[in-house]
Amino acid sequence: MAESAPGRSRTLRCAIAVLAAVALYALLVPALAGTDPRLTDFAAADLPPSPAHWFGTDFSGRDLFERTAAGLRVSLLIATICAVAATVLGLAVGVTAGALGGRVDGLVMRVVDGVNALPHLLVGIVIVALYPGSVVAVIASIALTHWTQVARIARAEVRTARTAAYVEAARLAGASGPRVTLAHLVPAAAGQALVAVVLLLPHAIWHESTLSFLGLGLPPDRASLGTLLQDARAAVLTGSWWTLAFPALALVVTTLAVAGAGAALRDRITPPLPQRAVR
Amino acid sequence: MTITTAAPAGTPPVPGRGRRGRGIARMCLRRALFAVPLLVVVSLALFALAARSPFDPLAGYLGDRYTTVSTADRQRLADELGTGQSWWRQWASWAGHAMTGDLGYSRAYAQPVTTVMAERGPWTLLLSGVALACAVLAAATLGLWAARRAGGLVDRAVTVSATLVQSVPPFVLSLASVSVLAVGFRLFPVAGLTDPGADPSLRQVSRHLVLPAAVLALSLLPWLVLSLRQSLRAAAESDAVLGARARGIPESVVLRKHILPVALGPFTTVVGLRLPELLVGAAVVEEVFSWPGLAGSLVTAARELDFALLAALTVATTLLVLAGSLLADVAHALIDPRVGRDG
Repeated sequence: MAESAPGRSRTLRCAIAVLAAVALYALLVPALAGTDPRLTDFAAADLPPSPAHWFGTDFSGRDLFERTAAGLRVSLLIATICAVAATVLGLAVGVTAGALGGRVDGLVMRVVDGVNALPHLLVGIVIVALYPGSVVAVIASIALTHWTQVARIARAEVRTARTAAYVEAARLAGASGPRVTLAHLVPAAAGQALVAVVLLLPHAIWHESTLSFLGLGLPPDRASLGTLLQDARAAVLTGSWWTLAFPALALVVTTLAVAGAGAALRDRITPPLPQRAVR
Repeated sequence: MTITTAAPAGTPPVPGRGRRGRGIARMCLRRALFAVPLLVVVSLALFALAARSPFDPLAGYLGDRYTTVSTADRQRLADELGTGQSWWRQWASWAGHAMTGDLGYSRAYAQPVTTVMAERGPWTLLLSGVALACAVLAAATLGLWAARRAGGLVDRAVTVSATLVQSVPPFVLSLASVSVLAVGFRLFPVAGLTDPGADPSLRQVSRHLVLPAAVLALSLLPWLVLSLRQSLRAAAESDAVLGARARGIPESVVLRKHILPVALGPFTTVVGLRLPELLVGAAVVEEVFSWPGLAGSLVTAARELDFALLAALTVATTLLVLAGSLLADVAHALIDPRVGRDG
């Protein structure tokens, strides 16, 4: 997309500001409120938004302003772990394939094709179904399906770096294969890996919330945004629109901001493509 | 997918019809050969994972009765069902039965898996077919409209709203549409295939289809619009189009003969690549709207640990996705003669 440089940096600044606000909300509200967001108060159940409860209350009287913050915190934490795990896995596979080349490379890329052929959420559902209620399974199900893009990018970066003069020079100076890989090839792919973490975050948030929404993700006592939205599913039928609106808003704002930051960061790190390049 | 650019001067850039046909046939064969090991690996991985998980197949078989059955009876059942065997032996027996068309018995629906698939499959086909058709039509309309003036008001509005919709998960879209259109304004029924007790007549089903199909189409739309807009723009800026315009060829002919064939190629690929997304969206939408389709029963199978159905659906989905991407590549190769057939 042909966007001017100042426009891009404005996008990045906006996205980071929104993200900071979201993070402050998720971190500070549960801490400042001082109440356990899991405590119920049936006298105050199903209240619409008011000065006392900004986001209203849910079917068992829990304040949604606090609950959304707590859910956002869980979702963000899980998503970050997933994104980092997927990136590390993808980086390891991609660098290995790119550095070794030849037959290993071909085989690894076939595996990547195979994993890509599977619908991600399906794999997630199957893994989570076999390990019900396990947080590790949720994380693994996301990390195991999202590493392939990172592997592709890392492999491409490494293959370019492998033929660069400085790597050639290191090799001629007698550096061993693993040493060249660690000292030169991994750093070459590191910038893209950072971008990958950020770009994977919204996917991970989506995935986790969808799994939790379907009743397959996190156990109910660790409410994530997906769990809140699962509660909302029954509540909207009786007209409690706020149980859906505010957690959904938090979800959408967070993913939009992260995706915006990721895209701006990617544009900054990768040199702009020559104009009018076909594909 | 490789685009062979700049054929050397002197050689014909486009191979003859016959050679292209044979190339496409070879691509189909190669993909089919790739599919077999992939399906074997996927199903093997599923069985291995199930064997390592805390999931007890006997608990899956017995359901609620698991706690009331004596240990001796459990042992007898395990011997009879062969659940005590190693996972690869179980896989071999499952694969052998699958070859003869016996996919096992679904506990969640108390029916053979093949019956479940035959009964629920058509509803998923109906829902996702209608949604895909609507999404492609809407994407073509919006994409062409936006591409008429790059950077114009329409273009910006379409891009911004597509980006916004893209960031709303399908399940939130479903819930929001239920909350506003079905509960708030009572325009459409909340869920189900028909009103309670009513026969699945055309009127009933179409009234119940509107909301889920619209949500599914809307969740697919952003990707399609954005990619079509991008490829239309790239095609419109190409030298061929510049040349055609310079020769004074009418704009409508330029659009039909120069821009669309080039731009529609990547578009068909995107449609094919979005098939997994369509399935995932269908699973979520069917679950929210209680649509009696196959995609939604995947969620049920997972929640109730119905392993026979889960295994069959996993393999079937993988197969469907492979077929979809092959179909898209064939269509791309047919539309755009420059596209190679897997190198």
